[in-house]
Amino acid sequence: MKWVDYFYFAFGALRGFSVRTILMLVAMSFGVAAVIVLTGLGDGARRFIASEFASLGTNLLIVLPGKSETAGVSPGSFVGQTTRDLTIDDALSLTRNSTTDRIAVITVGAASVSRGRLDREVTIVGTSHHFLDIYHWKMAQGRFLPKTDMRTEQSVIVLGATLKEELFKAENPVGEWVRVGDRRFRVIGVIASEGQSFGMDAGDMAIVPVSSAQSLFNQASLFRILIEAKNRDVLELAKKQIINTLKERHQGEEDVTVISQDAVLQTFDNIFKTLTYSVAGIAAVSLIVAGILIMNVMLISVSQRTAEIGLLKALGAKTHEIQNLFLVEAVLLSVLGATIGLIIGDIGCRIIATIYPDFPAGAPVWAIFSAFFVSVVTGLLFGVSPAKRAAKLDAVEALSK
Amino acid sequence: MMGIDLKNINRVFQVGDESVYALNNVSLHIDAGDYISIMGPSGSGKSTLLNILGLLDRPNTGQYLFENVDISSFSDEQQALTRSEKIGFVFQVFHLVPRLTAAQNIELPLVLAGVDSEERRHRVDKILKSTGLVDRAHHKPGQLSGGQRQRVAMARATIMNPSIILADEPTGNLDRASGKEIIEVLEGLNKEGMTLIIVTHDPGLGRRAHRQIRMIDGQIEATIHNEVG
Repeated sequence: MKWVDYFYFAFGALRGFSVRTILMLVAMSFGVAAVIVLTGLGDGARRFIASEFASLGTNLLIVLPGKSETAGVSPGSFVGQTTRDLTIDDALSLTRNSTTDRIAVITVGAASVSRGRLDREVTIVGTSHHFLDIYHWKMAQGRFLPKTDMRTEQSVIVLGATLKEELFKAENPVGEWVRVGDRRFRVIGVIASEGQSFGMDAGDMAIVPVSSAQSLFNQASLFRILIEAKNRDVLELAKKQIINTLKERHQGEEDVTVISQDAVLQTFDNIFKTLTYSVAGIAAVSLIVAGILIMNVMLISVSQRTAEIGLLKALGAKTHEIQNLFLVEAVLLSVLGATIGLIIGDIGCRIIATIYPDFPAGAPVWAIFSAFFVSVVTGLLFGVSPAKRAAKLDAVEALSK
Repeated sequence: MMGIDLKNINRVFQVGDESVYALNNVSLHIDAGDYISIMGPSGSGKSTLLNILGLLDRPNTGQYLFENVDISSFSDEQQALTRSEKIGFVFQVFHLVPRLTAAQNIELPLVLAGVDSEERRHRVDKILKSTGLVDRAHHKPGQLSGGQRQRVAMARATIMNPSIILADEPTGNLDRASGKEIIEVLEGLNKEGMTLIIVTHDPGLGRRAHRQIRMIDGQIEATIHNEVG
């Protein structure tokens, strides 16, 4: 018997038992579709995070006060020392490093911003000129903080889009005055509503020069120093330089932590990869269930077609040919089911992508291939036992059924 | 001499503790081109004999020579090949595959034998014409009358050009007119040289054969040579 005839015959048999075939296909295709959609979501989340990080720039290094290994109980706390703060002078010393391209400092607090009787409690970010470029934000109106010495206090403020809406409605705020706490600031610009960037809502905030923020909140320390290295290749060197410079300035004590964007990205990447693998595994269980269904369907098929099997034997079909016929039928079922599942899964991912355009849902290639592969192998494995049963039937007995 | 030789064939079924002899020391010679009817009451072993002749069943003891070849020792594969090439079956209940058309049913032995599709179409067309089934070619068995179904089944049995036709009550499910028609077709095949072996309950049908074998309790009780008309 030729292979093409196996397929032709098996296909005819499947069409002949249409309801059962369709139910089987539904079971198999839903299993595959589940794998595709779930891995699509998992991988979409991973890529979403990655693109968020990429928008921050991948040669970014973040300096935070305190050594991460000693967080909690630092050795200093036993000798009456607290963690040494990061200061503007620390930041300025880093600008002299050969690998530093741009630098921005951040200090954060909350205060109410008011204009006339309108009043709103927002996050106040004290920073410097390059902050805008490092975060890849855009201005909607006016300009950002001027490029001046970080140590100079200036009574200028840049508003987030939401805050501007609240206080000024459609008016042009540039040149107007607002009150922050007990000080007056002149509005010089408005940030474009770029949305969110890592928990910082660009809309609901106000930005002032770092020195102004420090005197506003009466503190000399910085929350973060952001350093953009000249390029990705010098990232490690930049990290070393930063630590050395600050160690020197802090009496030989290494009391800062430098995180690279890459490391954080890697962590997220790993988390989401693991997540994707585990949802894929959970969804794959449904493929096994579908496999058991295939076996069930094939066993019923064998017992209903006993007379046919007897006839085929009488007509000269060899044992292995009967076995192949039923195996091909099982595999055909699972391949068809898997193909339909891939299509349903793809449609599912597209629907998600339409509803959430920012979220790049889409199953990774490995998931598509392995879903297909697993379902076909399942069909084959669970098809073996019914096919063997069919092949072993006694011709005389089968014909009398 | 070509033909079939059965020597001391025994076929025993185990029913509980008891051994039942479906065939008890049966010896039989059938010449090529012979026409034989096997008669006898239910349980006399005639179907078992037919199954053994058709290589669907194996004797427990005894020797079976098919065209001078001892095939008792053939493997299952070899027996299947012999069935495919040399033996055509016609059944009382037709055994057509319900989802296949008449033409596809007739084609089945060729598919199993691995004949390529061009050749298959050619041979099926030819046999459809010679059996007058052309206008029924694309009908499914459910759309055919009993007589037509048996004609399809016979076309299927002969498409491989077997040397022997085994018919188990071929007219058992048919009205008189269709039954007569079927028998005439079978006898026509016999005249062309195919060995014809019919199992039947119908004494009238049994008398038409060259030789009538009467069975009882797994043994050949009598062999009657009829006038060859």
